[in-house]
Amino acid sequence: MTRITKLILFLMLGTTLQAQETFPNNGAPDNTTGKYAFTNATIYKSYNQKIENATLVIESGKIVSVGAGVSIPSGAVVKDLEGKTIYPSFVEAYSNYGMPEMKKAEGGWGGKPQPLSKKEGAYGWNQAIKPEWKAADYFTIDKKVSKEMRKLGFGTAMVHSMDGISRGTGAVVTLGDKIEQKQLLKTNAAHVLSFEKGISTQNFPSSLMGSIALIRQTYLDGQWYASEGKKEERNLSLEAWNEVQNLPQLFVTRDRLEILRAAKIGNEFGKKYLIKGSGDEYQRINEIKSVAQALIIPLNFPKAYDVEDPYEAQVAELQDMKHWELAPSNPSRLIAAGFNIAVTTNGLKKKTAFHGMLRKAIDAGLSESAALRALTIEPAKMIGADSWVGTLEPGKLANFIIASGNIFKEKTKIYQNWVQGEMHEVSALPGESIVGKYDLRIFRQVYDMEVVEKAGKPSAKLIFNDSISSKVNIKYNKGQLTLSFVPDGEEDGYRLAGTKNGKNWSGRGQGSDGKWLNWSATYKGEVEEEENKDRIEKKASTKEKESASGMAQVTFPFLPYGWTEKPKAETVFITGATVWTNEAEGILENADVIISNGKISSVGKGLSAPNGAITIDGKGKHVTSGVIDEHSHIAISKGVNEGTQASSAEVSIAHVVNSEDINIYRQLAGGVVASQLLHGSANPIGGQSGIIKLRWGLSPEEMKIKGADGFIKFALGENVKQSNWGDNNQSRFPQTRMGVEQVYVDHFTRAQEYATLKKSGKPFRKNLELEALQEILESRRFISCHSYRQSEVNMLMKVAEEFGFRVNTFTHILEGYKVADIMESHGVGGSTFSDWWAYKYEVDEATPYNGSIMHKQGVTVAFNSDDAEMARRLNQEAAKAVKYGGVSEEDAWKFVTLNPAKLLHLDDHMGSLKPGKDADIVLWSDHPLSVYAMAEKTWVDGVRYFDREKDKAMQADIEKERARLIKKMLKEKSDGGDMQAVKKKWPKHYSCGSLEHQEETTTHKH
Amino acid sequence: MKNLQIINIALFLILPQILFAQIIPGAKQSKTVLITGATAHIGNGEVIENASILFSDGVIKQVGRELVITESATSLDKIDATGKHIYPGFIAMNTRLGLVDIDAVRATRDFREVGAMNPHVRALIAYNTDSKILPTVRTNGVLMAQICPEGNGISGQSSLMALDGWNWQDAVITADQGIHLAWPRDYRRTGWWAEPGGIKKNDKYGDQVEKIESYMMEAKAYAKDNPINKDLRMEAMKGLFDKSKKLYVRTNGAKTIEAAVLMAKRVGVEVVIVGGNDAWQITDFLKSYNVPVVLNPPQSLPNHADAHIDQPFKTAGLLAKAGVTVAIAQGESWQNFNLPFQTGQAVAFGMEKEAAIEAITLNPAKIMGVDKDYGSLEPGKSATLFICDGDALDMRTNNLTEAWINGRAVDLDNHHKILARKYEAKYEQLKSE
Repeated sequence: MTRITKLILFLMLGTTLQAQETFPNNGAPDNTTGKYAFTNATIYKSYNQKIENATLVIESGKIVSVGAGVSIPSGAVVKDLEGKTIYPSFVEAYSNYGMPEMKKAEGGWGGKPQPLSKKEGAYGWNQAIKPEWKAADYFTIDKKVSKEMRKLGFGTAMVHSMDGISRGTGAVVTLGDKIEQKQLLKTNAAHVLSFEKGISTQNFPSSLMGSIALIRQTYLDGQWYASEGKKEERNLSLEAWNEVQNLPQLFVTRDRLEILRAAKIGNEFGKKYLIKGSGDEYQRINEIKSVAQALIIPLNFPKAYDVEDPYEAQVAELQDMKHWELAPSNPSRLIAAGFNIAVTTNGLKKKTAFHGMLRKAIDAGLSESAALRALTIEPAKMIGADSWVGTLEPGKLANFIIASGNIFKEKTKIYQNWVQGEMHEVSALPGESIVGKYDLRIFRQVYDMEVVEKAGKPSAKLIFNDSISSKVNIKYNKGQLTLSFVPDGEEDGYRLAGTKNGKNWSGRGQGSDGKWLNWSATYKGEVEEEENKDRIEKKASTKEKESASGMAQVTFPFLPYGWTEKPKAETVFITGATVWTNEAEGILENADVIISNGKISSVGKGLSAPNGAITIDGKGKHVTSGVIDEHSHIAISKGVNEGTQASSAEVSIAHVVNSEDINIYRQLAGGVVASQLLHGSANPIGGQSGIIKLRWGLSPEEMKIKGADGFIKFALGENVKQSNWGDNNQSRFPQTRMGVEQVYVDHFTRAQEYATLKKSGKPFRKNLELEALQEILESRRFISCHSYRQSEVNMLMKVAEEFGFRVNTFTHILEGYKVADIMESHGVGGSTFSDWWAYKYEVDEATPYNGSIMHKQGVTVAFNSDDAEMARRLNQEAAKAVKYGGVSEEDAWKFVTLNPAKLLHLDDHMGSLKPGKDADIVLWSDHPLSVYAMAEKTWVDGVRYFDREKDKAMQADIEKERARLIKKMLKEKSDGGDMQAVKKKWPKHYSCGSLEHQEETTTHKH
Repeated sequence: MKNLQIINIALFLILPQILFAQIIPGAKQSKTVLITGATAHIGNGEVIENASILFSDGVIKQVGRELVITESATSLDKIDATGKHIYPGFIAMNTRLGLVDIDAVRATRDFREVGAMNPHVRALIAYNTDSKILPTVRTNGVLMAQICPEGNGISGQSSLMALDGWNWQDAVITADQGIHLAWPRDYRRTGWWAEPGGIKKNDKYGDQVEKIESYMMEAKAYAKDNPINKDLRMEAMKGLFDKSKKLYVRTNGAKTIEAAVLMAKRVGVEVVIVGGNDAWQITDFLKSYNVPVVLNPPQSLPNHADAHIDQPFKTAGLLAKAGVTVAIAQGESWQNFNLPFQTGQAVAFGMEKEAAIEAITLNPAKIMGVDKDYGSLEPGKSATLFICDGDALDMRTNNLTEAWINGRAVDLDNHHKILARKYEAKYEQLKSE
C-alpha cells in the first residue's frame, strides 16, 4: 500500500467513524470508548490462522490486539468466552442492502417505442448506462435486512443498485444500525457492469448482443470524450464513466458463457473484471480459467424435483437434474482450479438457507478454510475493504462473530455479531440457557420435565412415559421464569412463576382453584439427543449410497449427448462408396475417400488404407461434403434481433454464440457441418453474423470459423417496415419500401463521410455502427439480405452499385426468379427456401421453381433453413430443386454444400471433396437427395462429432443417468428434503422475425 | 437463328394461353378410364405389381393383375402407367386448407372464431375453393383434406373436403364430421419475454378439465331433451352422442391423452387424439380403448430435450407397429404439399412403407368414417387416386402425371407453375432481344 493511500485511508477512517462528532449534542456527549476484552476463546484471526485460548481486545470500534497471552488493558469490560469461537465477521461482496427499490416505469414493449433515455439532465443517451449512479449517495440503513444479514454472520457488504448495464459504483458499508455516517466505509468501491438493462424502458438494447455493443461503444465514447468530446458537450454520464475506470470493475453474469463474453470485452478495452457468477461455472471451468481469476458466486443450489410421476418426470431435463447433483460442488471445483472465490447470499430466495447451502458445498468437497476464506478475506479484497475487515488484526474494525463452535456445523449457533465494536445479539449466550432435565416439584408431586431449545427459545414438556407427555408453556428471561401446564389426564393445571438460582429453579404459583403454592425444579442433567443422532446416521448412510451409485459427469456441452473426453481428428478410409465430389470429377461410383489431420487427403478409386486408418465399408452408401446452412438461428443466446433501431450494424451474433444448444447436435445428425448464424430481419440494417462449424462441445470461440470473412444481415420488406407488428409500431422510420431505400442511402452516405473524416487525420469518435458500414463500402464486410419482392431487391442492388460495392447474397429471395438476370449481372447469390410461401403477403408470388430458375440464369443458389427443424434435413430440401424445375441432382446437391460455401466465401477450404479441403464430410445411408437417406456419420475437421452407432449408446446412457438421478431425487424426498415441482426452461427456437418479446405464435415470421 | 425465331413466334402465340391459363375444376367423368402396368399401393397395406385399374362414373370397378374388360377399346380412356405408381388420393388431416390464404394477413384468416366454446361453428362455410393454395397441394398427391376450426376450448366442427370444386357445396365429402377440442395444458409456459418463467405445472389444469367434462355432460343431457328454445351450441353437440360426430381432442402428453380418453368414455363419445407426440408411450392404453391418433408431423423437433433426437421421426412407426390406428398429419395450410414427405420421413425411421401410406389414406378415411367410399383402391370406392412417376413419398420421385377426385380429372397445374412459366417467358424474351 502506498503512503498516500494509507494517508487517505487514515483520513477517511477518521471522518467516517466519527462523522457524528460534527453533529450537535443534546445533553452530555457519549464519550465511552467501548473497550472490551474477550478472553479464553478460540479465535480465527484469519481463515487459516486459528488460536486456541486467546484474547481479543477492542476499543472504539477497532481491534487493539488479538492472540494468546494478550494483556487485558485496564478499563476493559472482560467477557469470558470459554468454549466459544470468534471469527472475523463475513463480508458480502454482492448486495443491494440499503439501496432504494428500482421500479420499472410504464412503457417499453407494451407501449409506444422509446428511442431515447427518459432520464432528465445532462446525461448520456442510454438509460441503462448510469455510471453516475453512486450507491453511497442513496445508502440508508435498513434495520430489518441488516439484522437478517448479521444473523448469518455478515458484518460488512458492498452494496450497489442492481439495475442497469453500467450500474454505477458500489459502496462498502458495515451492517450496524447506528447511523449512515458511521456505517458507510467507502464510496466508489467498484464500478458494476452487467448485460441487463434492468428497469430502463428505452428500447435499445433489447438483446444480449445489443448490450455488448452498447458497452463497447461506451468504452469508445469515454475515450473520445476525454480527449475531444468534452470540448463539444458536457455529458455527465461519460464523465462519470471515465472517473470510474480506475476502480475495480465488477461484471455481473447470468451464466457461464456470459463470463466469457464479458472477458472478451475486457480484453478489448484492457479491463480485468471481477466476475459475479451464477453458480454453473464448473460446466465451462477451463475456458473461464483462461479469462478470469476472481469470482463471486452464489450458493443457490437447486432443489430436487418431485419426480414420482413418470410421465411428468419427462419434463425434467437431464442437464437440470445433473446440475442439482453437481451445483454444490461448484465452489470446491473452482477452488481446485485455482480461482479466488467469494460466496454471496445473493440469489437465495430465503437468506436463512445460506448456512445449509454452505454445508452442502462443504459436503461436496469445499474445505472449511476455503469456505472461511471465501466469506472473509477474499470478498474483503475484492471490494477493497481488506484494510478494515476480513481478518482480526490490530487496527482493523471490530467486526467479528462469537459462535458456539465450528461455524460450519449444523448445530453451531452464532451468539453475537459485533459490528464496529457494537454488540448485536443473535441468540442468547449459553450461560443463559435452561436446557436440561428437571424434577419439577409441586407439593409432593414430582414431574419429570425436559427443556430443550427450539428456534432459539426454550420448549418444555412433562414426561410420563415413553409415549405420554404434556406440553409446558415456558418463558425465560434473565433469571425469571414462567411456566403453565395441565398434566396429562388431569383437568386442572398450574401457572407458575419463579427465578433461577444456579441450575435450579424455585418460586410461587397458582393452581386452577386460584390457591397460591410453592414450587421448585431441580436440574438432573442433559437431554439425550436421539433425534440428532438419527439424522447423522441417516446422512452417513446417504453418503455411502451416493458413492455407490456414482455422480453425474460434467460433459461438453453440459447437455445430453455431450462428451467427456475431447474427440480428436481421425484418419478414416471409406471404401467403395458413391462419392459426390462437387468437383469436376462429379459423382464417382465405387470410390474411396481418405481423411487425415482434419483434411481430405485423397478421393478416388482403388486407394489404399493409410497407416492407422479406421476403415469404413461404404458399399451402398454415399459420401458427400457436409451440409452448410447459409441462414440459421440456432446456437444464439438471448435474442436474435436488435430491431430497436433502423440500423444495428454495431451488434454481432458472433458475440452471442451459444455452444450449449442441443440443436447443434441434432443438426449434425442431419449432416450439417457449418452454419451462418444470422441476425434477424427486424430492421433494414441488422447485425453482424457469426459463422460457425458445428464443433459440438467446444466453446463459442472455438466454434467460430477462424479467418472467415465478416458478414452482416440486411432486411427488406414487411418485417423492416413493421407491417405485422401491431398498431403501436407505426412510428419508427421506415414504414414503407420507399423509406427503406432512404435508410440505406442515408447510412452509406454517413459511412462515406465517416471514412473521409478518418482519412483526414482529424480527431473522430470511433463509431462501431459506421465502422461496420465502412467495411461494407470497402468490400471488407458482406451483406446477406433478407428479401422477397423484386422491387426492393432491385433497389438494394442499385444502391450498392451507386456506393461502389455489391450485395453478396439475397437470402429468402422468394422473387429472385423474377430478377435472376439482374442478380446475375450484379453478381449476387440467392439463398432461398426450397418451397415456402403463403405465410405473408409479400410471399404470395413465391414459387418452388425459384431456385431452379435462378440457377439457370447463372445465379449461385443455395437452399437454407432459417429453422432449427428444417436444418436437420436440408438434403431433402436440395432434392426439391430437382423436383421443381429439373436441376440436375449433382447441381442440386451443391445448393446445400458448395454453393452456400461460395456465398460465405468458405469454398477455398470447404464445400467439396477436394484433397486439402477441410474434412467436413458425411456418410449417408442412401442417396442423399432421398427422403430415406440418414446421415450415419458426420465429421467436422476430421472429428467424428456424430455417429449413429454412438448415438444409440448415448441414448441408452442418458436413460440410465436419468433413472439414477430420479432414484436419488426420490430418496431425497423420502428423506424429507426440500423439493420443487418439475419444470424446465422454454426451448427457444428463433427464426429471423423473432423478437425477444414475442410470444410464440402459429404464424411463420420469416 | 431462324429456327429460334420460329420458336419464339410459336411461344409468343401460345404465351397468352400459358400465362392466363385458368385452373378449372374437373368435369364429371364421362369416359371409363383404364390404367395398366402400374405398381398399385392399395392403401390397406397391400401392393399389387403390374396392376390395372378400371373406373367409371367416378367409381372404381376393378383392380388387379387381370381385369375383365367389357368396354370397347374406343370407349376407354387407356393410360399406360408401366413403371409408375398409383395411389389412393392422400388425405390431409387437421388442416386449415381453404380457411386461410396468407397467414399474416388477418383478412384471409378464417380458422379461429372468438369465444371458448364454439361447437356450432362450421369450417366448411369458410372453405375457399378458389384458394391458390389448394392446387399446389394436390399437385403432390394430396386430394382431400379435413379442415378444422382452431382455438382454445371447443373450436368448432370440421369437414372432409375435396381439394377441387366450384364451391364448398360440391367440394364437401362429409360435412361437420368432427367437433374439435383443445385439451387444457398440464404444463404451461410462465413469465413473459423479459423474465421467462420456463415451463411449469398448470395449477388450474384440474379445474379446466372439470369444466370441459361438465360441458360435455350438459350437452349429453340436452341431447335427450327437446327444449322449445334451441341452444345452438348444444344442438351442434348432439351428433357426438348419436355417434354421427367424433370428438377430436388436441393434446400431446401421455397423461393428458389418457385424461381426454377417459373423459370421452365417461360421457360416452367417440374420441380421436390429435397431436399425440407422446402417444407412443401408451399404445396399450390407446388400443384397449380403440382410440386413433392423428399425429403431428414427423418432421418436428423432439418435445423433450432428453428425448431421442429422432423420436418424432419414429413415433408414427411405433404407433402403427403397436396396432394403433394412426394418421400422419401435416397440420396448417400450404405446408400440406409436403405431407407425402412427412410420411416418407417416418418410413426412413422405421415405419413400414405401406403402413405409412395407410396413415395418409385408409386410416384417415376410417377415422372420419368414410372408409366405405374412400381411402383405398378397391372396387366400389370412389375413383380418387393419382399416378406418380415414382415413389410418391420421396421428393426425389414424387411427380404426378394424372389425378382424379371422384373420377373427375384434376388439373395438376398450379400457381407455382404459372409463375414459373411467366418468368421463364421473360428470360425467353430477353434471349431474343
